Amino acid sequence: MSQQSEVTDSLSGMTLFADLSAPQLEAVAHTFEEEFFDEGTRVLRKGFAGSGFYVIIEGEAAVQLDGKVIAQLSRGDFFGEISALLNALPTADVIATRPLRCVVLSGEAVEGFLLDHPQVALRMLKAQARTLRNNTKWLS
Amino acid sequence: MAELTDRPFPPGEYPVVVVGTGPGGLQTSYSLSQLGVTHALLSADEQPGGMFRRFPFFQRLITWSKPYAPVEKYERAHEWYDWNSLLSDDPACRASVIEFMDGTSYFPSRPEMEKGLVAFAERSGVIARYGCRWEGTARTDDGFVLSTSDGEYRCKTVVFAIGMTEAWKPEIDGIDLVPHYVDMKPPKEFAGKRIFIMGKRNSGFELADGLLPWAKQLILGSPRPAKLSIITHSTSGARARYMQPYEDNALGGGHFVIDAAIERVERTADGFRVHTEGTTRPGAMVFDVDEVIAGTGFATPLGDLPAMGVTTFYQNRLPAQTPFFQSATVPGVFFAGSVTQGSIGLKKYGIPSNSAAVHGFRYNARVLAQHIAETRHGVKIERPLIEPDQVVSYLLDEATFAPELWNQQSYLARVLHFDRARGITDEGILPLQHFVDAGGADGVAITVETDGTGDIHPALYIRKGGTAEEQLLPSNPLHSFTTSQHHAELTNALKSLID
Repeated sequence: MSQQSEVTDSLSGMTLFADLSAPQLEAVAHTFEEEFFDEGTRVLRKGFAGSGFYVIIEGEAAVQLDGKVIAQLSRGDFFGEISALLNALPTADVIATRPLRCVVLSGEAVEGFLLDHPQVALRMLKAQARTLRNNTKWLS
Repeated sequence: MAELTDRPFPPGEYPVVVVGTGPGGLQTSYSLSQLGVTHALLSADEQPGGMFRRFPFFQRLITWSKPYAPVEKYERAHEWYDWNSLLSDDPACRASVIEFMDGTSYFPSRPEMEKGLVAFAERSGVIARYGCRWEGTARTDDGFVLSTSDGEYRCKTVVFAIGMTEAWKPEIDGIDLVPHYVDMKPPKEFAGKRIFIMGKRNSGFELADGLLPWAKQLILGSPRPAKLSIITHSTSGARARYMQPYEDNALGGGHFVIDAAIERVERTADGFRVHTEGTTRPGAMVFDVDEVIAGTGFATPLGDLPAMGVTTFYQNRLPAQTPFFQSATVPGVFFAGSVTQGSIGLKKYGIPSNSAAVHGFRYNARVLAQHIAETRHGVKIERPLIEPDQVVSYLLDEATFAPELWNQQSYLARVLHFDRARGITDEGILPLQHFVDAGGADGVAITVETDGTGDIHPALYIRKGGTAEEQLLPSNPLHSFTTSQHHAELTNALKSLID
């Protein structure tokens, strides 16, 4: 099996892309770029312009703020979408804590991609809602 | 050509072995020699040139060399206008491609490029063992053994400059029936035919553009819409000079550019049937054509390196690399040439480096040679001191004129270190990713960057206490970053380092 098919298969198993048809998944696999980051490599940099939207297809990463780990990320998780959507600088670093394979879309392309794939936008919104609920449980 | 046809570097032990005599291997070998690093240069070919001995198929490059540029031909700043010649400390060896260009285009022909590379090797004294094919690799306790058609080479450091010209095809039913770009027939054999080209990147568009005078109808198909260089502000997009088929599509001229996942290819009695499923416009489309060509891209001929532990990505087509072009997983294995696009860098705004082409990777090779010389061979490279009152002008001149910063935007940087005891030192051209992520002395790095809107401006990275912060300087309509406004903003930005 070719690696392109592996990327497509990998995306097809993710909640974020669960509503896409096979040709749409194929197009997504061609639209995003695959990147590899060795353990310890910084993927997203706090305060740096021009960052991208990342979806993890293999490996693990940590969200760090001033050296302190504030979240762990693994396969199927995504990051960088807030900077992309708000056209704002990232407020934390993301660092590979194990060899990390991601598919990446440039920040500028995210809004257009979500408008073209509203099912993905809805899945992303639900994921954000879950994160918000978990972070505000103390209120209830 | 006597020195090129002799057979130096017999099998044995060398501190460094460089494999490949395309532009990446030639530049690496030249730069290592200038630094006094003993090495063997091996090549499976019979003479210098690498992929340019055969490609591009339609015999014309997509990288410019401007015979008449705003600066003199042999000045350093001219390298921004000459994307194809290799770099030399000796002005007589510079701009070696331009002198062979016949004036019909500012894109050199393939033979002109090949002649320029041969001339560089001759004039700069780069010698290689030609006709020596790398066949296998093994790790030892302190290095590597390379098996070749001439025997074994032992070394502690190996640099693979092996190009990215191996045919690569995605997994599609029936694609084995289809020839790849590298197996193209002569264009006249496509006369009067209806042709489906898989792929809408540069190789797909090059084929389509070259076949326009011959084909009855062209259909270019791939799942995602074509990315065009003038839209993406990047040479990784399909280049403007191949856009005639796209314009034909836009004008309804009979050729088509479609967004579709290709499901399968079948043979028919008099050609092929291509089954596709539309992506941006859903629905099945079936094409009966005379010929199908896979313009689906290329892979690196990595041989047994993945089995030795070299991690790959991009559908196994590239080795993952550190900012200094070392395998991310096998120390001592380095890469040069177009393979260095596997060292991704910051890829700001989604724009990749120019490491896929000569004008980018020639600088990578020089950075690599210095890194190998310093970290693995104890060579001490002088760091000139810069007077504090010269820093601002120097950095702004670099942002305006330095070919390294323009050819490798947001990727290579001019770096200065600030040390109270030693003063301000020029650390040279270094990978930006290394400067911002590896920590180290207080200092500043300046780059040129193009943002998502196409705005070109200097970007500044100030590192204090091991942490780097970014500050963008203004653009200028004529790309001059030496204005009083730039002076004032940079002076202010550097205050924390100089005071």
